[in-house]
Parts: sequence; C-alpha cells; structure tokens
Amino acid sequence: MTATELLVTESGRGRKQPGRRFTPHKGAITFFAGPFGVLFLLFYLIPIGYAIYQSLLVVEREGTYGQPQQVFGGFTQYANVFANAPFWESVGRVLLFGVVQVPVMLGLALLFALLLDSPVLKGKKFFRLAFFAPYAVPGVIAAIMWGFLYSPNLSPFTDVTRSIDFLSPEMVLWSIANVVTWVFVGYNMLIIYSALLAIPAEVYEAARLDGAGQIRIAWSIKIPMVAPALVLTTVFSIIGTFQLLAEPQVFRSFSAAVSSTFTPNMTIYATNSIPNTNLAAAFSVVLALATFILSFTFLKISQRKAEQ
Amino acid sequence: MSMLTLKRGATADDLTPRGPRESLISRGAAMLIMGVFTLYFLTPIWWLFIASTKDRGDLLTTAPLWFADWNLFENIGDLISYDGGIYLRWILNSLGYAGLGALLATVFAGMCGYALAKYRFPGRELFFNVVLGGVLVPATALALPLFLLFSQVNLTNTFWAVLLPSIVSPFGVYLTRIFASASVPDELIEAGRLDGAGEVRTFFTISVRLMTPALITVFLFQFVTIWNNFFLPLIMLRSQELFPITYGLFAWNTQLNQIPELRTYVLVGSFLSIIPLIIAFLMLQRFWQSGLGNGSVK
Repeated sequence: MTATELLVTESGRGRKQPGRRFTPHKGAITFFAGPFGVLFLLFYLIPIGYAIYQSLLVVEREGTYGQPQQVFGGFTQYANVFANAPFWESVGRVLLFGVVQVPVMLGLALLFALLLDSPVLKGKKFFRLAFFAPYAVPGVIAAIMWGFLYSPNLSPFTDVTRSIDFLSPEMVLWSIANVVTWVFVGYNMLIIYSALLAIPAEVYEAARLDGAGQIRIAWSIKIPMVAPALVLTTVFSIIGTFQLLAEPQVFRSFSAAVSSTFTPNMTIYATNSIPNTNLAAAFSVVLALATFILSFTFLKISQRKAEQ
Repeated sequence: MSMLTLKRGATADDLTPRGPRESLISRGAAMLIMGVFTLYFLTPIWWLFIASTKDRGDLLTTAPLWFADWNLFENIGDLISYDGGIYLRWILNSLGYAGLGALLATVFAGMCGYALAKYRFPGRELFFNVVLGGVLVPATALALPLFLLFSQVNLTNTFWAVLLPSIVSPFGVYLTRIFASASVPDELIEAGRLDGAGEVRTFFTISVRLMTPALITVFLFQFVTIWNNFFLPLIMLRSQELFPITYGLFAWNTQLNQIPELRTYVLVGSFLSIIPLIIAFLMLQRFWQSGLGNGSVK
C-alpha cells in the first residue's frame, strides 16, 4: 500500500517544482491542519508549558501577615514532591494496582477475543454485545453501582458481602480493580478481536495441514499476530491506571478506607484545593512524565521484541 | 478460503474418534466460560434496572434481582422533579458537552488527519509526532494547568471550561491519518483537481465519504471520553447548573448520609443515564467496529 501510494504521489508531482521552499496547496494545508494545530497549541502545549512554569514558583510572604507573592523557586517544588510521602504511597498503590489489574484484564480480553474468533463458539453476536455493554457505563456510575453491590445491606449477594468485607482497607483496592476490569474488558476484547478478524485465512491453512489444533493455532499464530493490538491496549491501560480518579473518589462515600490521597490524581486534586497550586502543578508534571516514560518505554521494548 | 470450508474438507481429522468428542468438550467449555462471564457483565446492570423499578421500602426488603411492585415511572417522575428538575439539566449538559465537543473534535481531527495523509509540507512528520506524543499525555494531567490558565481569563465555572478542552483529539488525528492514507486514493483527489474542484470542496464532497467509518469511530470515541470525563468538571465547575450527569450523580451520592431519599434518585438516575450511550453504540456498531480494527492493526 505504502509503496504504491508513494509511487502515485511521486508521479503526480511532475508538474510541481522540486524546489525545497515551495509547498503546493499551502492554503488548503493551512485550512485543514490549522484549526487543530491552534487548538492543540492552546489546550495541550500551552497548559503543559504553564504547568512546568507554575511548578517552578514558590509563594513567599513578607513577614507573617504580608501579601503572598509568587517568586521563582527553582526546583523547590520538586524537592517537596520527592519529600511528600502520601504522594509516593499513592504512586506505589497505582503501580501495584496496574501490575495486577492490567494483566488480568488483558488476559481475559484476549481469552474472550480468541473464543469469539474460534469455530467452537455459538451466539457470538450476543456475547460480543453483552461483554461490551459495561463500556457504556461511565466510571463514576459503575463505581456507584458496584459500591451498592459491595455494601453489606443493599447488595443482592448479602451472604457474600457479609462474610467478605469488600470495602475494608485490605480489599478496597481490589474492589476498585474489579470495577475498572468490569468496565474495560469488553472494550479491549473488541480491539483484539478486530485485529484477529484482520488475519487472512490463508495464514491458518499451513497450520491446519500440519494438523495443528485450535489451541495450537491460537498460541502460535493468532497471539503473535495480534501483538500490536495487545501493545496498544497495554499502553492505554497503563495511562488509565495512572489516571485513576473517578472510581476511588466515589468509593470514599462507601468506605472510610479510601483516603483523599488514595491515588496520584486525588493527591493533585486535594493539594490544589488547599490551595497549593504550585505543588499541585509539580505533582502533575511528575505524574505526566511518569506516565509518558512508562508507556513510551513499554512501546519501545515491545517494538524491539517484535524486530528480533 | 474460509475456515468453515476447510473444516468440512478435513475429513481425516473428523474421522478419528477423538475429533468430534474433543470438539464437543471444547464447545461446552467455551460456552461455560462465556456464560459465566455474561452473568458477571450483565448482573450489575440488571440489578440496577430492577432497583430502579422499586420504591424505597421494597429496595431493601424484596428479592434484589427480581421485580416487586412496579414503581419505575413514579421514581422517574420524582427524579426529574427533584430540586427544580436539575436532573434533566444535567442530562442536557452532558449531551451538550459530549455531543457538541465530539462533533467539533471529529471535524478538526478529520481535517488535520487528512492534511497529514494527503499533502507534503515541511515539518509534517514533526507535527505528527508531537500530536502522537499528545495521545500519551493523560487528560487528567492537563486538567489542573487548564484550570489555572482558565482562572486567569475568568473562564472557570462556565460551559466553555469543559467544552473547549474537549474539542482536541490527538487520537482522532492519528486514526484519521492512517485511515485517509489507506482509503482515499490520490487519483481521486487528482481527478477532482483536474475537474477544477478546490481542495476544500474535494474534501467535503468526496474524501469525507470515504473516511466515514474512521470519522464515526473518532466521534464515538470522543463522545464517550467527554461523557465519562470526571476530573475536568470536578476541577472547573462550582455551580451545579453546569454539572454533567456523572458529576451530578457523584454529588448526590456523597450526600446519601444526610439525605437518604437521594438513594432512589441515584439508582434511577444512573440507570437512565446509561441508556443514551447504549443506544448510540447499538446504532453505530457496524461503523465503529470496522474503525476500531483499523486503528490497532497497523
């Protein structure tokens, strides 16, 4: 595709000057790419720059009762970030959450996608819709719903909820993990399933002739071929894990075990409400960098593996 | 050649006594797994529906997964009249934020993705890579600096505070670029040029049609993202007249201890609020499913 595309555009260029500075259709390009470019600048790049700028300021007062003033403080706020124990506890918590929840969720999504793609399953359309339905439920609503389901009085499963306290300090993180898994398994399943559908049937023929069964085909052909989709879903899941906010925020009204600094984003929100905007900005920058580095590293590692 | 014909042709396989039996077992196992998880995925929604049909007394005393007295419409009536009809206001707000936001985001991202796919200009790859980096920046990390910036220009606690940041979709640019380079042939654009149609006209009359699956995917993706966005409204909005439905229900949920009658409203309100998205998904499934595949395979 790309080769032909390249050829076509190259040959179509005959009448244009090869001169470097001349760009044909400049007006059209500005018209098409301009609006997005401006919006991206206004609502992505400038806020990121502003967060970095704010994180470099500190508030100073002249005397005890003087007017507060923002002055340049260098990396003071970052020193505060590194000394802030609740923030690092919250980072540790989401890391633990991600290490367990992401593999479980994507493992299930892969299993369901493979079953949907295998000839042994009947009623595929129904299962596809049923498993995807929770994705239509926003995180806040899902958390409210599961909060009721977990609570000992209201739950339809009182026998279970009375013997296991899902909202206890030890359990609540995993109860939240269940809510996130419930919402997103179907979405990830569909991404992987679409990738499976795109595998041409001829690929399976050789394996069939060699007498490979469905499980062998799934393991040796299908899973390696949907690896890019698995990488994509993993990266989105990593970003999502670091962003955790709505679900734990809702669970605060069901469980005393969820503190106001339970996840990094909740820490940012709480710090900003104090208000300590400069420290909150520094938290944001550190969190965004951590997310970025983690997902970028994962992308690179999986690319290198794919090349080997 | 499809797998089905292959299976029928593979007689040697089927004739062995183990073949069909094994497939019976695996058939059963597959159905069992999918059946159990169907219960896992649908029971909470079913419970929410049942709970919405009960009055406050029945909610605690009757079987949680089956109907008692049918009170759904009374509950809905109470819900939408509570606090001067604030619930409907929240629903309309959500539709406004998500509908308008997703529409504009799709138009801008589609145009930009098209430009990146179909025109060569200096700095194109740099531009694309920066936007691609934007996909990896978590939206919640932007919420705080946006709040700080918006408070400088007195935009916090307005409709715009939630709408404006929602009309930027880097993922939309990524998806439409891939899709446009695969599905809009250059010959077609060239033909349009020869016929004297302008670039803009060619885009809106021809290219947009070919890009429809990708555009619908971007729209739905962005719609869901805005509808589910929680941090931005949480940090930007103070007056409850501006809340989207998720934030409104969240606010009610935190007051349950003081105002117990809100419990019915939270449940009925939650149930009603998920219906629009389910309908949207059902209506547009064949479009976004093909679009989803395009984003992940390449």
